[in-house]
Amino acid sequence: MGFGRKACILANVPPKSASTYIRVKRSREEDTISGAANSKSPSTISPAGGIHFPDIQFPEIQDYAVIGDCRAAALVSRYGAVEWLCWPRFEKPSIFAAILDRKLGGHWTISPSSYQHTERSYIPSTNVLQTRFIGPEGAVLLTDLMPMASAAFSKSRVLPDHEIIRRVECTEGQAEVKFDFSPRANYGRNAVVIGNKGHLGLRMECSHGVYWLRSPVPLAISDGSAQASFTMRKGESLNFSLSYSEEAPAVLPVLNDAVVERIQETVTWWQKWAELAEYKGEFRDQVIRSALTLKLMNHLPSGAIIAAPTTSLPEKIGAELNWDYRYCWLRDASLTTHALLELGYWREAGDFLDWMLHATRLTQPKLRIVYSVFGEMAPKEELLEELTGYKNSRPVRVGNAARNQLQLDVYGEVIDAAAQYAFHGGTLDREMQKALRGFANYVVKHWEQPDAGIWEPRSGRQNHTHSRLLCWVALDRMIALCEKGSLKKAPLDTYKKQAELIRNQIRERAWNSELQSYVSVLGGNTVDASLLLISWYGFEKADSPRMQGTYKMLRERLGKNGQLINRSEDSSGEGAFAICSFWEAEFLSLGGGTLEDAKQLLRQLLKFSNDLGLYSEEIDPKTGAALGNFPQAFTHIGLIGAALSIAQREEGEQQLAHRPEQATQQGATQEVSA
Amino acid sequence: MNWLSWLFSGFLATLALSTLLSASQGLGFTRMNLPYLIGTIVTPNREKARFYGFFIHMLNGWAFSILYVLIFQSWHFINWWSGVLLGLAHALFVLTVGMSLMPGLHPRMASEQHGPNASRQLEPPGFMALNYGFQTPLSVFLAHGVFGAIIGIFYHLK
Repeated sequence: MGFGRKACILANVPPKSASTYIRVKRSREEDTISGAANSKSPSTISPAGGIHFPDIQFPEIQDYAVIGDCRAAALVSRYGAVEWLCWPRFEKPSIFAAILDRKLGGHWTISPSSYQHTERSYIPSTNVLQTRFIGPEGAVLLTDLMPMASAAFSKSRVLPDHEIIRRVECTEGQAEVKFDFSPRANYGRNAVVIGNKGHLGLRMECSHGVYWLRSPVPLAISDGSAQASFTMRKGESLNFSLSYSEEAPAVLPVLNDAVVERIQETVTWWQKWAELAEYKGEFRDQVIRSALTLKLMNHLPSGAIIAAPTTSLPEKIGAELNWDYRYCWLRDASLTTHALLELGYWREAGDFLDWMLHATRLTQPKLRIVYSVFGEMAPKEELLEELTGYKNSRPVRVGNAARNQLQLDVYGEVIDAAAQYAFHGGTLDREMQKALRGFANYVVKHWEQPDAGIWEPRSGRQNHTHSRLLCWVALDRMIALCEKGSLKKAPLDTYKKQAELIRNQIRERAWNSELQSYVSVLGGNTVDASLLLISWYGFEKADSPRMQGTYKMLRERLGKNGQLINRSEDSSGEGAFAICSFWEAEFLSLGGGTLEDAKQLLRQLLKFSNDLGLYSEEIDPKTGAALGNFPQAFTHIGLIGAALSIAQREEGEQQLAHRPEQATQQGATQEVSA
Repeated sequence: MNWLSWLFSGFLATLALSTLLSASQGLGFTRMNLPYLIGTIVTPNREKARFYGFFIHMLNGWAFSILYVLIFQSWHFINWWSGVLLGLAHALFVLTVGMSLMPGLHPRMASEQHGPNASRQLEPPGFMALNYGFQTPLSVFLAHGVFGAIIGIFYHLK
């Protein structure tokens, strides 16, 4: 059973809970602000307005949408509430975190006071969200975005550093709209004092930055919130803006037609970017949505790609499997580079590779597994005890303790990413070659060590097959790069000798003849979904008897239902790890099954996205509900990879385009500097 | 007036002033980016504004140091603490009179009376530039005090 994609969700008026909203701060006297009203202003305005958000229970994870500007992201619920926002970067403390605590977190809600159902969609090929509230007396369209602008557009005008624009339009009849702006700084731990600056707007100073809320309607300020209630009739519209700056003077956006112009500029920016995707197959819409989601998590100033824009959305409701994913895992490197290159996004692939080589410079030839977007070590893990967590799933964590783990597979993933770039025609400069030699030499010395492995358990080190596989990949790609002439001064004979040793060890000790399957750890008897990648990396063909046996064992032990698989045998209780199912589809398309098998599985998996085409980290196999951080880059990378592999097989192209003999040789003059 | 000495001390003082204000921003004492604030007088482009603003501020500081030198010449004495006093008085003038005049002088700055419009969207500094951070006055006093002290030390009376 899947969480099917529906254009319209009926009867989804926010569920109520018995809880009462408790104010963080009760000190400021009620105050009002009035700004310049739009030309199509609301019919009646009341600056009082009751609170209607805080009593709402947690929406389901799939009821959120994401908007972003390639530097930060916000989650907006189906009910018109911005419930997660961290400025100025993904991993900074939040100003809205109602997704993690209904009382303390903070939110910004704009929605009709009553409605029967909502419909959501992105403006095609963009990350501009539109939510339609349909009620008995009328319909309201809420457009949410974080503006983007071309270089030419931003050169000719002053624009805020960071901004969310929210545009409300009454499209049918009339509706009473409630506005509730309740910021809470530092994950809800600090109250925010809202200052009324008259015609300039509402001003909030937090830590190193200043927030400005611009509103065309009078707002009542009390208890750290700004509220209003207004009636809109068909044809009327209102624009709101929240901006943030750590540099003065901040820019105070105007709320007139310039907003419409900036929305259009943002739509054009995303659509132009989406047009670059070269994939034309059956799953184009889903691939474009995944690419857009990936781009949204691509930190433009550095080129890094974060794993997800959220922290501590639980892998199991009420359990402790809550992690902070707002960092960059090197593990995602080769799969991400593959997806970007095959889609034709050379610039992003190059920037990502460039980032990896820069970020790791201080620790080279050793690699950490996770970095911040600017290449710093991910912060130490901290528990936010004050927060209830999503649906009482404590603890809420910020930072990530996996930062200290030894995971040998990252060397293979980084080298493979560089190799794919070179095999597609990119040039590796001298600095990059030096870095790659350093990584490979590290593998030569350390590949026999046990490590934490791909699933990052906190239970100790083992000899993981996946880690050995990636050590082999590291040396295999180095050999290929040398033979292609892309890499100089490398000890080729050493690489060949060591690669052969690793290969033999995997074939002998990672193969369990009793199970007729490769196994998760050398000499073990359990399996995990990463074994599907043995074919992806070109170690063994997908149609070989060994891989067929392994696939049979994986289905038997990890299969959750017809479509989903668990990540490993010890992951019971969690949802199904979504990317593993996409790996399965890719495995089938690589020769592990028929083309129709692969397409059929992918079609089934597409039903597990939410109504906007977004995936979280995991899927509840019983209900189809999303679990874990949301949206998850790795899952969307998996979707793109599966669709690309299917397209390649359909077109009769060679598989494993990341290998030299099958390279597509695109963009022959591209260069990357380390 | 000792022109050569003015050129040297004025340049050194302005460089120190710019460095201190920039460091204050980097260390989180103020959000004020003076090159950006000044540069947006001539261009809306953020990157160009910083670049132009830096040079305009350097020239402005250099030129302004003439006033210090003229005052020292008229007093017939000079030392570091008299420079500091002049600098603090200068800072007080900038923070009170200068900042309050800014919305009227700056073509892209909004005023608190009228709010932003299509051409004026920059946040005004407010009283003592407190809109740019509550420690902004301290940074400005410190930077100008050092500015005056450097002229007091390096300028040689004629």
